[in-house]
Amino acid sequence: MALLEVEDLSVTFARRGQRAVHAVDGVSFSVDAGEVVGLVGESGCGKSVTSLAIMGLLPKQPGLRVGGKAVFDGTDLLQLDDRSRRDIRGRDIAMIFQDPLSSLNPVIPIGLQVTEVLARHRGMKGETAAKEAAALLDRVGIPDPKRRLKEYPHQLSGGMRQRALIAMAVACQPRLLIADEPTTALDVTIQAQILELLKELVRDSGTALLMITHDLGVVAGMVDTVNVLYGGRVVETARRRPLFRQPRHPYTVGLLGSVPRLDAGRGEKLNPIPGSVRDLLPWPDGCAFAPRCARRIDECVGEPPELVHAHDGRSYRCVNPEPLPGMVPAPREEESA
Amino acid sequence: MFRFIVRRLLQLIPTLFGLSLLLFIWLRRLPGGPETAILGERGTPEMRAAIRRNMGLDEPILVQYGRFVRRMIKLDLGTSTSTKRAVTTEFIERFPGTVELTITAMIIAIGIGIPLGYLAARRRGRFLDHASVGGSLIGICIPVFFLGYVLKAIFSENLHWFPSSGRQDPTLEATRVTNFFVLDGLMTREWDAAADALWHLVLPAIALASIPLAIIVRITRASVLEVLNEDFVRTAEAKGLTEQTVRRRHVLRNAMLPVATSIGLLAGGLLSGAVLTETVFAFSGIGAFVAEAIGQRDYPVLMGFILIIAVVYVLVNLLVDLSYSFIDPRVRVR
Repeated sequence: MALLEVEDLSVTFARRGQRAVHAVDGVSFSVDAGEVVGLVGESGCGKSVTSLAIMGLLPKQPGLRVGGKAVFDGTDLLQLDDRSRRDIRGRDIAMIFQDPLSSLNPVIPIGLQVTEVLARHRGMKGETAAKEAAALLDRVGIPDPKRRLKEYPHQLSGGMRQRALIAMAVACQPRLLIADEPTTALDVTIQAQILELLKELVRDSGTALLMITHDLGVVAGMVDTVNVLYGGRVVETARRRPLFRQPRHPYTVGLLGSVPRLDAGRGEKLNPIPGSVRDLLPWPDGCAFAPRCARRIDECVGEPPELVHAHDGRSYRCVNPEPLPGMVPAPREEESA
Repeated sequence: MFRFIVRRLLQLIPTLFGLSLLLFIWLRRLPGGPETAILGERGTPEMRAAIRRNMGLDEPILVQYGRFVRRMIKLDLGTSTSTKRAVTTEFIERFPGTVELTITAMIIAIGIGIPLGYLAARRRGRFLDHASVGGSLIGICIPVFFLGYVLKAIFSENLHWFPSSGRQDPTLEATRVTNFFVLDGLMTREWDAAADALWHLVLPAIALASIPLAIIVRITRASVLEVLNEDFVRTAEAKGLTEQTVRRRHVLRNAMLPVATSIGLLAGGLLSGAVLTETVFAFSGIGAFVAEAIGQRDYPVLMGFILIIAVVYVLVNLLVDLSYSFIDPRVRVR
């Protein structure tokens, strides 16, 4: 049984006098213990909202509705009361965020920001907590941890800050770590170090990782299963290799086509997807990607496409998918819906 | 830290010189002088000139200023032209009353303003929020002297809960040590005197606190709302910390930064703003004395008052800057 089973998750923001925005619309995916799962898509496609909804961290506001299920180890996180949620957060599920500087409290030392997790969930205090905090910083590769504990976020470099945040997240050896664009705000060289660190931590401790990213390079480097999101829906799910080799959904094809490649010929142009997500809000009724899609046909407009489960264990949400190589067009007869 | 304090105190010296020179020239440019205040409209030019000569006002202004500075260095502010007593003596008697009033008003404004602004932010869009935002608008709009009279009419003349004027019941014959009546009462263990002085402070302090209270409520509310949206609050929530820890350690402390700044600016203004309140409540602080000195063109008193306000202002803001470095490590002073 999966560690986290997200089923038909939906998040709606309704404003008085305005059409409700379905930021997340029936997202389902699962994360097995020890597995690295990716949620991939452009900004605005619902990745972060999905993760915040699972954590119960969406800013409370009138008109916010969260539906569906997010079952973690047998309990539906969405049904929990505030206190039980706080018990799980930081202990069983931890999260790291995009911008390490703004995600750390600027006016209290790093040490306290680490030990407060230890105090809350592991009952550690004083000297014990300080020792454990130093060990944690050491584990995430921060040199001279004792001194760093006394320092403030502004005294650390960007990479150090993200390491410190990771230390706070893994302080209670959570079973699931959610990383929301953990490398986006960092230099390329630091990005690689942080990804390496995350990989290492996941491998050593058996923590499952839900990696939220727009960066296919990150996906290629570490993710086992990829969920491609578009328009608040999962449009394609596949293991990493088949996804990169033969993407089926035109959006996935577009994403891969817009990444520059070293082995591309000189003068070969990138193929960005035309338009952007924000121009299209709220989503059109049919396939959300249809207005930007190169393979659009008449059936794309009107009803949202059903999820197609292909026989190779992958699934996609498209009525006119990219054909597999060596396959005659119109492959829909061969697949069961 | 020590060097910072010394540097700031040294900065006070040129500030005071510049300010005093400006004031000196300015005050003497005002139409009418002490001789008019003393003689009234009917004084002959000869009598006026005699008084001016007597006070040394006929000499060139720079000579007068030089004499003023020489005295000021010895902390001698001269003699009041209206009461004929040393300005420093007058101030030692009256300034503590104003300071007591200002501090009490500040305690009220901070003690109520910060929690109220915080709660308004937490209950954003609900009744308490609307009530405190609306109420603070009223608080800013109502003139202090009007509020003073209303408070006096309701709470002392109708309900007889508080005394209507003065700093202390004179029949108590309390011992004077520092002229801070509450402090004196505590030091001499005359508890009834301290309590009575405190009782006299309540209404004027409330009147004086109204505007700073309103400003603090609004700044706290806006600041808390801003901090609640910060990423690090979300991080704190993601750690599963209790709501109480998140609020105290992560929200409130960061929200205090703009509030501290505004408190510094307000405190200086309060000292000079006490003039009206003291007049309404016949509170014998420095405010009422200075108001009279303006009419009398009592140059030494006015100079002294403004310089003291300047010193206090600089000191209060030094304290605020120091408190900053305790709240925010990014502005740690060197």
